[in-house]
Amino acid sequence: MTDLTNLTLEAALGGMAKGEFSSVELTQAHIDACQAGAKLNAFITDTHELALEQAKASDARRAKGEAGLLEGAPLGVKDLFCTEGVKTCAASKILGDFTPTYESSVTANMKADGMVMLGKLNLDEFAMGSSNETSAYGPVINPWRKDEDLVPGGSSGGSAAAVAADMCLGATATDTGGSIRQPASFTGTVGIKPTYGRCSRWGTVAFASSLDQAGPIAKTVKDAAILLESMAGYDAKDSTSLNIDVPKWSESCGKSVKGLRIGIPKEYSIDGMPAEIQSLWDKGIAWMKDAGAEIVPITLPHTKYALPAYYVVAPAEASSNLARYDGMRYGLRVDGVDLNDTYDRTRTEGFGKEVRRRIMIGTYVLSAGYYDAYYLRAQKVRTRIVEDFENAWQTCDAILTPTAPSAPFAVGRKVNDPVQMYLNDIFTVTTNLAGLPGISVPAGLNEDGLPLGLQIIGKALDEDTVFAAASALEKAAGFSAKPEKWWV
Amino acid sequence: MFTAERVGDPRDYIKGESGDWEIIIGLEVHAQVASNSKLFSGSSTEYGSEPNSQVSLVDAGMPGMLPVVNEFCVEQAVKTGLGLNAQINLFSRFDRKNYFYVDLPQGYQISQFEHPIVGEGEIEVLPIDADGNTLEPVTVGIERLHLEQDAGKSVHDLSPDETYVDLNRCGVALMEIVSKPDMRSPEEASAYVDKLRGIVRALGTCDGDMEKGNLRADVNVSVRKPGGELGTRCEIKNVNSMRFIRQAINYEARRHIEIIEAGGTIDQETRLFDSVKGETRTMRSKEDAHDYRYFPDPDLLPLKLEQSFVDKVKADLPELPDAIKARFMADYNLSEYDARILTADKTKSDFYEAVAKGRDAKIAANWMMGDLFGALNKASTDLEDSPVTADMLGGLLDRIADKTISGKIAKTVFEKMFEGGGTADDIIEKEGLKQVTDTGAIEAMVDKAIADNAGQAAAAKENPKLLGFFVGQVMKASQGKANPQAVNEILRKKLGL
Repeated sequence: MTDLTNLTLEAALGGMAKGEFSSVELTQAHIDACQAGAKLNAFITDTHELALEQAKASDARRAKGEAGLLEGAPLGVKDLFCTEGVKTCAASKILGDFTPTYESSVTANMKADGMVMLGKLNLDEFAMGSSNETSAYGPVINPWRKDEDLVPGGSSGGSAAAVAADMCLGATATDTGGSIRQPASFTGTVGIKPTYGRCSRWGTVAFASSLDQAGPIAKTVKDAAILLESMAGYDAKDSTSLNIDVPKWSESCGKSVKGLRIGIPKEYSIDGMPAEIQSLWDKGIAWMKDAGAEIVPITLPHTKYALPAYYVVAPAEASSNLARYDGMRYGLRVDGVDLNDTYDRTRTEGFGKEVRRRIMIGTYVLSAGYYDAYYLRAQKVRTRIVEDFENAWQTCDAILTPTAPSAPFAVGRKVNDPVQMYLNDIFTVTTNLAGLPGISVPAGLNEDGLPLGLQIIGKALDEDTVFAAASALEKAAGFSAKPEKWWV
Repeated sequence: MFTAERVGDPRDYIKGESGDWEIIIGLEVHAQVASNSKLFSGSSTEYGSEPNSQVSLVDAGMPGMLPVVNEFCVEQAVKTGLGLNAQINLFSRFDRKNYFYVDLPQGYQISQFEHPIVGEGEIEVLPIDADGNTLEPVTVGIERLHLEQDAGKSVHDLSPDETYVDLNRCGVALMEIVSKPDMRSPEEASAYVDKLRGIVRALGTCDGDMEKGNLRADVNVSVRKPGGELGTRCEIKNVNSMRFIRQAINYEARRHIEIIEAGGTIDQETRLFDSVKGETRTMRSKEDAHDYRYFPDPDLLPLKLEQSFVDKVKADLPELPDAIKARFMADYNLSEYDARILTADKTKSDFYEAVAKGRDAKIAANWMMGDLFGALNKASTDLEDSPVTADMLGGLLDRIADKTISGKIAKTVFEKMFEGGGTADDIIEKEGLKQVTDTGAIEAMVDKAIADNAGQAAAAKENPKLLGFFVGQVMKASQGKANPQAVNEILRKKLGL
């Protein structure tokens, strides 16, 4: 038998449907890969025994003809999704060994569809980071390597690394400013952030509520579509959840893009952008043209204000969302001389440096006297950015941009320079601010043999077009490179 | 800007060493929304349950939990707004009020800051002086009404060095009703709260139970020279009875005057009312005031109401106390005083109406306000728990009306009824209290009385006052059951008066 871990999700589901192998066999192969890849530090919590039990139960369901959309597929879950009976800590010390009594809506949907969960994936603490170096459980190492250890991107670094290293067939992730797409770009995987409101936020540890959105990281565009079909759906428990049907996105993959108008925003050609990124983008434009799309130059004039606005809004919401971690009811508590001292000690010890930095920024921008200058102004920028896209849709159907301004960088390189780190999100934050879907597709390798991704941005709720364009890009790029398994 | 145009009645001024002072009062009333479940979670709101037995994952601030607004609570707020003759805002928004405390699991309270669900309104208030006299009506402006979550309860007295937290109340819906600074005396302030209480109870949007803390007031007090520039105000938190509201205002106003007249200045601060000592004391000063960092709650969409929804709520609005009072005065010919007492809340007005319908309205009012309220008062119980129902009282009045019993016997029947003796008919039957109207029987008793007291009978002609003596004798012989009118008539005849 071929190595089952090389399969795509689509192929693995097909193989099980045809009876070529069982979920138990498939799951065991991935457990072996996870164990062999421990060095990458992609997982915080392994649930291998549980996975084998779930696989067994899944095989039994399949035998009875009750196979769900993800039946028997061994997947990873970012440790931001609460999982009933399985430790969920958001890569933070402050949650300690917190074990939820409830299951997030997204993972509950996937479980109902037959998912097998291999474990909880590492991430930047509370999803705050672009390199997966802020995790209290240590950095995730990118399976792609050049002389030294590289970061997998963040915050869904564990998800991206595990999929790239064939440790799971796909993984859940979340994206607040690029946390699905940038790690996908850094690891040669596909990652989509759907329209805000497609996936319920209920049971997912909140970072910035108005920006957070779950999505998958997968090996192919079609795999991403299959996973998203399972993850998405209306949930009355989330007031921002959209009450609309989930289309069969997997059927949009491979659809012709003939006549599709692809916008190229001039503002995304930023100063100091590496030539390799510009040339990849040019290639992408040529591929889309070859596939029959019409290339349209567009302008998104407020793009340059997006990143600063994002780094006001996201920390503001985070400072409030993270107030509940006070040592009173669950997780870490460091007793002090009085209540305020207990708060101080608990939160100083429990939160890492980056999280504390963002809580401080968020608290500051919401303070009396600063609210108008920062938070309110950032919200105005957000409105302008939404309008930019609205205007763009007058002349195009989707937008093509690079996903990240660079290839993966070395562990430790940017960790002490927050501004450099924040720049990683420059092409991705706009879609979060506007609530639009965005996908990253691996499009090539740079001179160092490291993966680079391109991004397709779509209209709200138009994931169909996003998947069609992404699969056209995927086909043209023919990206089939895999990292050498140096960690085995 | 905080302005206060109305100048109060000189009768309400406080005399200081430097002359008259006027009190400026504004109130923030927190009224718990009558609802079976909390504002943003499905937890029950039942009072008096085991600590922490009514706490959902949302209330406890567990990771990843999200609020979903309870539409019934929204409807209750709209209803209340309409009852306050206020503007209903079709667009409103929930904001987070951020602060840390042990009984606030989320680390923020969801409230409405910039865009409340209800805007300006006004109600007419009738202050009552210490002797129970109604003073002229005062119009009190409503600044706004907004919805917000209550916090949990911290219990400090179970252990010397630990604080316990009960989250049952956490997340329960409150309506914060903010008045304009339109009140000028403690009586006006308590009349305002009384009026609000009557309105929310009539609407069924809050049970108004101040003892349970379901309706409580934050009282803002400042003093000024009559009509002059406003002074610095202090806020007295969580005052939970009408009497305490008056006491707190009186104390606080005098404290301000004393400080100012001694050359001092008032610090803007938040104070507590100590009901045992009858005084207020500092809770926190302005310097310690929180920066709540309000911002729109990103977990909730703005609240958008349809005008048709508001219209429907308005159409279904029950009759409000003012309207009931006016109707009672017109339909039942009640005095303003009686109508006011009998429409103080919905229980009273419903009760009265059930008794008065088809009966003598004035007699019904007298019985309710006199005998019934007196008995309830003596038994320290409320009309809600009255052993005598409206039907029972009505039944008693029917027996007086059809002369089955006299008014005097009715008092006895009422007493027995109050003690649980059954309906008036049961008691009259069982105790044999039916009035004797049989003239033959009365005549016999009259004859016997005259025979037994021949001397007085002879004297009666000269001294008609002796009639009373004979009436007494006959009534005594009949054990009070003889129809007094018949007794009178027969006696007059037989005594030749």
